[in-house]
Amino acid sequence: MSHGLLLSFEVTILVLAIFLGFEVISKVPTLLHTPLMSGTNAIHGIVIVGAMLVAGMGHKDTLTSIVGLVAVVLASANVVGGFVVTDRMLEMFRKREAPPAESPAGAPPQGGDDGTPPPSN
Amino acid sequence: MGQVATNFAYLATIIAFILALRFLSSPATARRGNWIGAVGMLIAIGVTFAQNEIMSYWEILVGMAIGGSFGAVAARRVKMTAMPQMVALFNGVGGGAAALISLAEFHNTAPAPGQLHGDISVAIILSALIGSISFAGSMVAFAKLQELIQGRPIVYPGQQLVNGALLAAVLACGIAIVAGAEQQWLMVALILGALLFGVLFVLPIGGADMPVVISLLNAFTGLAAAATGFELENNVLIVSGMLVGASGTFLTVLMGRAMNRSIANVLFGAFGQVSAGAAAAAADTDGGTVRSASADDIAVMLAYAHKVIFVPGYGMAVAQAQHDVRQLADLLEQRGVEVSYAIHPVAGRMPGHMNVLLAEANVPYPQLHEMDESNEEFPRTDVALVIGANDVTNPDARNNQGSPIYGMPILNVDQAQTVVVLKRSMNPGFAGIENPLFLNPKTVMLFGDAKASITDLIAAVKQQ
Repeated sequence: MSHGLLLSFEVTILVLAIFLGFEVISKVPTLLHTPLMSGTNAIHGIVIVGAMLVAGMGHKDTLTSIVGLVAVVLASANVVGGFVVTDRMLEMFRKREAPPAESPAGAPPQGGDDGTPPPSN
Repeated sequence: MGQVATNFAYLATIIAFILALRFLSSPATARRGNWIGAVGMLIAIGVTFAQNEIMSYWEILVGMAIGGSFGAVAARRVKMTAMPQMVALFNGVGGGAAALISLAEFHNTAPAPGQLHGDISVAIILSALIGSISFAGSMVAFAKLQELIQGRPIVYPGQQLVNGALLAAVLACGIAIVAGAEQQWLMVALILGALLFGVLFVLPIGGADMPVVISLLNAFTGLAAAATGFELENNVLIVSGMLVGASGTFLTVLMGRAMNRSIANVLFGAFGQVSAGAAAAAADTDGGTVRSASADDIAVMLAYAHKVIFVPGYGMAVAQAQHDVRQLADLLEQRGVEVSYAIHPVAGRMPGHMNVLLAEANVPYPQLHEMDESNEEFPRTDVALVIGANDVTNPDARNNQGSPIYGMPILNVDQAQTVVVLKRSMNPGFAGIENPLFLNPKTVMLFGDAKASITDLIAAVKQQ
């Protein structure tokens, strides 16, 4: 494939991704904006692919070795940290806590809204 | 692994990421979505390992072991109140990785002049430039949020000029490289200049504007990743990077709108300097009619109310009072009081900060109400309990055209029967803007640390 043709495909994909991105993200309720930030943080950890390609190159000089290694360190911190922190956060969002909780005197939920669908967004 | 198979495997990753974001549309599915995203990432990493270009593995494995364990430990240990810093940090390392990849790519392709296609060198420059700014800017944001450096804007005369000149110089390096001067030192100069610019650009931005800055830096890192995708001719990087870029841009615009300020004003306005005028205005109110009350008095109001709305702000995060707030709410609910929480979009230091803290304290999320919803409820609310929030409740934003925050959408707490404000002292809030809410005859103040005050209130309500 000629270089120009490849570039035109890439730009097409880029533009579609922009529209898709806005479409999907506008449906995220404000309640979840912090997990959205940390989740997208984890997603940009995809630069780890580039970092691996640099660090795994054959016949590279010292500079490339060092830069590649550091890039892999940063990117993997990004990936692991991003997903773990997002998981920790999302685990906390509950409609009502499970009955045997540590809270004082198991007060019955007043609204009784346990079975109803979430009124988010 | 063949190119076609690789591309299809990367497509699986792209689908996983899109699903991860889609599942974030409801708290009930969001966690599953995050797992799907993580699986997508694992696929991408596995596929990359199988590439023919990868000849040596030990650097990758060592790097992953170091970075991965750091990320895991940091993410497990961080307190929820410190989440804005953590988001800034992970944002920065992603940008840094993108910049380093560009540096290595350039270093390995540049020695033979003319080997770089014009668009590839543009991609390398952009990824190096944006990645470096994002890295350095995020580190300064981290330092500000962690209070390693002061949160107030750091300004000096001619600051905009210096920043502008620096950015122009960095861009000149980039243009020279694209024009054919493929010199290594130009690339190094570009990266160093961009790092310095990143630092200087975030320093004058105040702590209360951090929700905008963090969102913007998030968008930057996404764009840097997308540029890296062009440089490596890799679709998964282009799509993922742009998804993040779109998300960051969306949040930046949303935060700007929630403060009724343009993004340019947030970035270059150095909002939150203590001006002489504001200080004088603060002095005026010292003799004003601020009513303060004891915890016992306020406990009576709360205990016999029909409806109470909690209005949390950054002060609640600083005092780490979210668990105590939840306990007080429980106590009131047991007495039959209707309780909800009013969350302003820019309360705290990042988008959604208050929601995360209250979720941590096991507050059921249906009780967390957005601004518009809460504003409909205030007129039929007996007590609005403001915990460490200030500017987002300031009625001057509605009434006083001279106020710096005039036009900002606020929580209309003053429409409740009574407003109780928990505050450390009469010092004006972060932006140094006087808040007439405190002088309102409906308002009573309870001075002290938010956590201590809430604990007192809990004890006093139990006595009722």
